[in-house]
Amino acid sequence: MSSTVISHGAAHHDAHDHHQETFLTKYVFSQDHKMIAKQFLITGIVMAVFAMVLSILFRIQLAWPDTDFPILEVFLGKWAEGGRIKPDFFLALVTIHGTMMVFFVLTAGLSGTFSNLLIPYQLGARDMASPFMNMLSYWFFLTACVIMVSSFFVESGPASAGWTIYPPLSSVPTSIAGSGLGMTLWLISMGLFIISQVLGGVNYISTILNMRTKGMDLWKMPLTIWSFFLTAIVGLLSFPVLVSAVVLLFFDRSVGTSFYLSDLVVQGQILPNEGGSPILFQHLFWFLGHPEVYIVVMPAMGLTSEIISTNSRKPIFGYHAMVYSLVGITVLSFIVWGHHMFVTGMNPFLGGVFMITTLIIAVPSAVKAFNYTATLWRGNIRFTPAMMFAIGMVSFFVSGGVTGLYVGNAALDINLHDTYFVVAHFHLVMGSASIFGMLAGVYHWYPKMFGRMMDTKLGYLHFWITFVCAYLVFFPMHFMGIDGVPRRYYTFTAFPFMDKWFSVNLLITWAAIIAALAQVAFLWNFFASIWRGRKATQNPWAANTLEWTTPVEHIHGNWPGEIPTVYRWPYDYSKPGHHTDFIPQHVPFSETMSSNLPHDFEGNEEAIRIQNEWNKENKREVIEG
Amino acid sequence: MKFKINNRFRAVLGCLLAVGLLFSTPSLAFQQDSLAQETEVSAVADTVEEGDVDTAATELAATDTASAAAGEAVAATTTTTSSASSAATAADEESQIDPQVYKNLTYYILLFLILCTIVAIVCKVLSIYDLTRKMNGRYNPFANNTFQSVLFLIFLVGFLAMLYYGYAVWGSWAWREAATEHGQRIDTMFIVTTVIITIVLVVIHLLLLSFPFIYRMRSAESRAYYYPHNDTIEKIWTIVPAVVLTILVLFGFFTWRSITNVPEELQKSAIQIEVLGEQFQWQVRYPGNDGTFGKRNYKLTTPMNSYGIDFADKHAWDDIQGSDIVIPVNKSVRFHIISKDIIHSFYIPDFRVQINAVPGMTNYFQFTPTITTEEMREKMDDPKYNFVMLCNKICGSGHYNMQKNVVVVTEEEYKTWLSTQGKYFTEDLQKEFASADSGDAKELTTASLN
Repeated sequence: MSSTVISHGAAHHDAHDHHQETFLTKYVFSQDHKMIAKQFLITGIVMAVFAMVLSILFRIQLAWPDTDFPILEVFLGKWAEGGRIKPDFFLALVTIHGTMMVFFVLTAGLSGTFSNLLIPYQLGARDMASPFMNMLSYWFFLTACVIMVSSFFVESGPASAGWTIYPPLSSVPTSIAGSGLGMTLWLISMGLFIISQVLGGVNYISTILNMRTKGMDLWKMPLTIWSFFLTAIVGLLSFPVLVSAVVLLFFDRSVGTSFYLSDLVVQGQILPNEGGSPILFQHLFWFLGHPEVYIVVMPAMGLTSEIISTNSRKPIFGYHAMVYSLVGITVLSFIVWGHHMFVTGMNPFLGGVFMITTLIIAVPSAVKAFNYTATLWRGNIRFTPAMMFAIGMVSFFVSGGVTGLYVGNAALDINLHDTYFVVAHFHLVMGSASIFGMLAGVYHWYPKMFGRMMDTKLGYLHFWITFVCAYLVFFPMHFMGIDGVPRRYYTFTAFPFMDKWFSVNLLITWAAIIAALAQVAFLWNFFASIWRGRKATQNPWAANTLEWTTPVEHIHGNWPGEIPTVYRWPYDYSKPGHHTDFIPQHVPFSETMSSNLPHDFEGNEEAIRIQNEWNKENKREVIEG
Repeated sequence: MKFKINNRFRAVLGCLLAVGLLFSTPSLAFQQDSLAQETEVSAVADTVEEGDVDTAATELAATDTASAAAGEAVAATTTTTSSASSAATAADEESQIDPQVYKNLTYYILLFLILCTIVAIVCKVLSIYDLTRKMNGRYNPFANNTFQSVLFLIFLVGFLAMLYYGYAVWGSWAWREAATEHGQRIDTMFIVTTVIITIVLVVIHLLLLSFPFIYRMRSAESRAYYYPHNDTIEKIWTIVPAVVLTILVLFGFFTWRSITNVPEELQKSAIQIEVLGEQFQWQVRYPGNDGTFGKRNYKLTTPMNSYGIDFADKHAWDDIQGSDIVIPVNKSVRFHIISKDIIHSFYIPDFRVQINAVPGMTNYFQFTPTITTEEMREKMDDPKYNFVMLCNKICGSGHYNMQKNVVVVTEEEYKTWLSTQGKYFTEDLQKEFASADSGDAKELTTASLN
């Protein structure tokens, strides 16, 4: 295999190259997958904090619409004159919060971090297929982040047409201030972000297909790798469609075309555009937009699978079913986008078809949730902070997932579309669930990333406050939605029927503020532990996958000598007959004669014969379950 | 290492505290009265921190916090408004922010730092406790494991309590009977779906949150049960959801078709009403006696003819401008939804009616209201209750207040009301139209210039 050749080269290269690394090549323009993973993670965390602060700002506005907070004027200036956030700026907050969370935190921050960290590690590769492209991917991402943040320093304000940027609102600057320069910056930022995603995706796919170590066939890959692989495929196929949507929108805004515009009289002014359709944009946008939510949630599922299995000391239940359900989600995710458009005036028959495909996608999702629960059953569960977050992730995924049966149903969606019900639904199923998957991953692989352990007590504190508060924030929103309270409303004072939700809004905002403060525990824990955490051992969680066979100190090329060969699947936890409760993937069956099962040999007659002989000699009886 | 962190942490905190207190000394007078308030807040915050230890308490504490916070917020309002008014007077000379604002911020930051210190101290006490247990040889490495699993159990109880509270209290606030024919079918489906998902949600959470307790790691020797797969079980839990979903899909599909796919003769026999959305208001047009809307051409929009109606079309002459959306009960009404500028959404929650208003195309929604406004008021026991149509698609700064009253009346009332409404073709417009009649082309160019 090619990896053996690389291993010689890398080992050789390694010995001579160490002293040539400068600060710039090691920490800034690094081409090493481990460093790029850290860059993605820290950038993702910074963007998450930024987006969280935005959410607290608009939550404050929603809870106390009639109160002045002069301190806001100090920081926001004319956008909060007299201490009250303005309606335009409120919409900008909502828009940028959504954009940052979905794209920068949960797409790049999550799959960028863990794909980069784990793909080479868990597959047994020295680095990514193209380290240079990998570096470019990060720098495009960072540039996109910087441009997005810079739109807060533009006089007309950041983009404020909602994260879905539906034209004509996003294309006609006279309709809303944020559709001026702010929107242009949004589009540029998104263009760069898509380039970053495509560069990353190509790299992940080619690494997974070509650079697996000896013995690592597809069915021996950990579920994390499966999920990153399928996520990368979804991203690679859907992001380019967003490019077309963004480019056409850019033309409409700047060149005077009419792809999305027709028959407009904005603020009393008749616009010349004719013949376009705003619905076209929605199709293009949601062709990405819906797969995007799976791009967000699938890596979280992969990480959760790995963490739940490791910490239950039990194989993941139904490994094949887990993979097939991921594949099913991948395929189906491309034919469900229309469920975002039931009431937009899309042909109602088409709505019916999309409803059928949408509800089908619930089946693989349900299988995953059941399999997680079955993995816990009769496990030997160890509650590391990562495990807590993984269980929390499953809980959110279920709680948010079941409400998909309402919003995915065209008839019920009539009354729920664009209300707080939808806000609650997707914040639980893709927001909270993915964030928890990501945090679980951070707590679990922190020793691998930084060679030190995070503080567990702060981890528990962080988990419990966040878990409880996230439910307190999003659960009540369902009921507001059923009542018909629309999302993206600046205040609920204009309608008498919304008055009764005043107390609930207070509860939500306080829960959000407490949850936000709890993140300080995480940030402190994360950054302080980089330098002052307890030193990690090589395999702190007694896990099976290959990354825990690498030395704690990062070296170029990951393994000092040869890359280990893989003999078994990654979930041999608590195998009866073995003296420890885990058998790493690189341990050959010849060393575990006392625990091998006939099934392990995949029909290799010779191996089965040897095993049977050994069994006879040692009077071992095997009952294949 | 942990010691080091805590020491350094506290040193930093101490410095910050000292600096903060120094900074706020000039306002000690204010501090006197605000202190009481703050201790109250910190007490509340503390309970929340401890609520972390006891999750069930958190639910209560959080609601307490909310109510206490409400009170606190009111208090804050009074102080801030007074400071705001003083700021307003100062603003005449130069727009300056009251220094009190900065002081308040400092207090909150200090409060938070104190909270952090408390957390750090608790953490340290716990680690010292562990250390002494270790020295005495009575340390149980699985104590924390058990503790966390118990917390999951407590969370389970809290979760179920929240579910019950939500359904019982918030559910009753949110739930109103649909006031339309198709709405009642949607409601049936809503209830069926709710029953199914509540069962799924509760069962999975019972398992998911009790397994951590039942199967927690109890000793170094305990082992999990090696159980990689069971094809039968997996088939069952693939097929059962699939069947349930198929039923829901069929149910939903036929309901959806019956709502959106109205036979042509019913479309024609219904009362036609056109609603036009624009930033940030709605206009309502009734077709008048001839039952047909006059043509609309957006290019004809002028300040006087803001609807853009083409008065060359004689059908337009009797079009009626509705002040509200008024519809007769038990009559099928067909709404034509259009937009003048950007996308809006025509949403009436009580009717289970929603369709977007999209520029450049017309969307339709046909339904039959079954309850008059008067009847609804009696039902809700609220003499001021109104059906309301609101914009439900982000459309700009006035999005949150883009509404139109919807009134359902008896047929006679409807006719009387209709006769009181004005026409779109007002006398002024008629004059303008007559003068422009001589030169059509000229009229068009002026319109587009406008």
